[in-house]
Amino acid sequence: MTESQETVFLQGHIIDSLILAKILDTILMMGGTFDLQDVKIGATRDAESQARIVVRAPSSRVLGDILRAVQPHGAAIEREADCRYEPAPARGVFPEQFYATTHLPTQVRLDGEWVEIEGMEMDLGICVDPAKSCARTVPMGAVTAGELIVTGREGIRVTPLARPAERDVFGFMESVVSSERPHQPVIADIARRMQTLRERHRQGGAGAKVLLAGGPAIVHAGGRDALTWLVDQGYVQVLFCGNALAAHDMEAGLYGTSLGYGLAAGRSVPHGHEHHLRTINRIRAIGSIQAAVRSGVVADGIMAACVRRDVKMVMAGTIRDDGPLPGVLTDSMAAQQAMRAEIRGIGLALLVASTLHAIATGNLLPATIPTVCVDVNPAVPTKLADRGSFQAVGLVMDAASFLTELARELGWRP
Amino acid sequence: MSRLLVCPPDYFRIDYEINPWMRRTNAVDPSRAADQWQVLMDVLAHDVAAGIEQMRPVKGLPDMVFTANAGVVIGRRALVSRFRYPERQREEAHFERWFREQGYEVIILDKSLNFEGAGDLLRFPDTWFGGYRQRSDIQAFPKIGDIFQRVIIPLELIDARFYHLDTCFCPLSGGELLYFPSAFDSYGKAAIAQRISEDRRLVVPEEEALRFACNAVSIGKQVVIQAGCPRTTQLLEACGYRTYAVQLDEFMKSGGAAKCLTLALD
Repeated sequence: MTESQETVFLQGHIIDSLILAKILDTILMMGGTFDLQDVKIGATRDAESQARIVVRAPSSRVLGDILRAVQPHGAAIEREADCRYEPAPARGVFPEQFYATTHLPTQVRLDGEWVEIEGMEMDLGICVDPAKSCARTVPMGAVTAGELIVTGREGIRVTPLARPAERDVFGFMESVVSSERPHQPVIADIARRMQTLRERHRQGGAGAKVLLAGGPAIVHAGGRDALTWLVDQGYVQVLFCGNALAAHDMEAGLYGTSLGYGLAAGRSVPHGHEHHLRTINRIRAIGSIQAAVRSGVVADGIMAACVRRDVKMVMAGTIRDDGPLPGVLTDSMAAQQAMRAEIRGIGLALLVASTLHAIATGNLLPATIPTVCVDVNPAVPTKLADRGSFQAVGLVMDAASFLTELARELGWRP
Repeated sequence: MSRLLVCPPDYFRIDYEINPWMRRTNAVDPSRAADQWQVLMDVLAHDVAAGIEQMRPVKGLPDMVFTANAGVVIGRRALVSRFRYPERQREEAHFERWFREQGYEVIILDKSLNFEGAGDLLRFPDTWFGGYRQRSDIQAFPKIGDIFQRVIIPLELIDARFYHLDTCFCPLSGGELLYFPSAFDSYGKAAIAQRISEDRRLVVPEEEALRFACNAVSIGKQVVIQAGCPRTTQLLEACGYRTYAVQLDEFMKSGGAAKCLTLALD
């Protein structure tokens, strides 16, 4: 979706004469929207007022039509400047005054034209190619010397999120975090959306993939079967996790335990603490999770379903990992880059029971992607919101309950 | 005593078409136009007792007869018009010279703004109204409001036949408004209603609006109006105005009547 926008300025007796009302009505009637900025209403009836109006339209043609219609009523277009840029001074170093991105849709002005930035993500720089009239985000560590990086704040437009047409829990795009909040309607909304996305994805539609970023508590808490079912039914296309989720999932398959606790019996099993190590060792011996699944060694569970359904998996390692499993990326920057590559085409992100992966994924997601953060600890969705992912809907609940309810809502009958 | 600026119709004719009334084929009868203009002068000078200031007409500038478009005069300050069409832009220098010669402090607007004088700026004691879209630019009004420290409510003129505000909107000296509502959109009508109460709004019927009933000169309790507007005349008389009907159909060929032929000098 490429929205076009222009700012217009209006002054005079615009309130009493209803000129402001006429202009705003005209914008809406012609298919545009507006944001009123810097409205100064005259202190008395005889004092003049002024308004700065950001006019938005679904295309530059509609925008042009709207501007032509409102200009005779005194709406003057405010010409903006091109963005400024400087070459990166060295590899991995931005120019001193670099512009740091938000995760909101952003455009930069190059040679008079507003150019949409590719790969919107928070906390990056913007690399421009004026000759090709294109712009993309670039992480600090990935910049090469001489790349042109946007500096200052001129010629940069950040578009606030438009309220989506769907009137579900995502319509508000706000992270209300409360354990008191009834979960069922929220989960029903998520399920409805997943149903729609699966349909769209099957028809080859863009932006219809569902991402799940999860922690091992999914397995500990008993959400393994529900998530396996969701993957098997084609509701999940991308999985972000660490060494632990994969290890405990396969441990459960091989030993019936999760971190040594019998999942069925609910108590520790003799030498159970070794199970995850033996699991990791076994997979390392086989060479890959994929090979372990294909050879039948790992026959059930989340990993098996992901391999069967060809789910894109990015496993990012941490400093406390055992093993790790083959396929776990131990270079954090390489892991970040691999996750970034899978963000494209995501239509819904579920961040379940992992502080680390929830925050890391939240940092990579554009604000336009509906996001749910589920954790028993209210601090996790709060922390996610504090770090800028304000669009995430927070659900304070246990991972297994969430996944089980979600799967049931979608037709799972264990 | 009210004073009015006028310009004799010596060179009045239809040389070009810049409003829907003008047809070059619909030629002006010069002697009839001169007679009609003279009758108007007699009514203004003798019946209404206005002071008449006459300026010299210029050959090749047929519309200089419509002095309402020379500018706006407030006290000893004269704001000179900037015409939209090149055909009338050549009048600007002559009007400016006349104001200077009479000792007015002349004010010139930004060249980029069109503003056609008292044709598009009409005054009630507390509020002024500005017509825009057809001839004047709305952006002129905040500037003029600043110059004269007055509130100017802009009104869009939506019907090309009523191309100046004074063709469809006439403030009367008693605070009433004579007007033709269909020349305005709903926003304009609502803005007028906010400032002028219903009992003070006199609605001119369409057939008389098309005879320039609103293009009347109101001085004290007297109104000079185009002949053939009986219902408007009745409305005025019911409000206690004395009316003087004058036949100005030669000037209507160019899209003007009594008010267009005069400019109020304070």
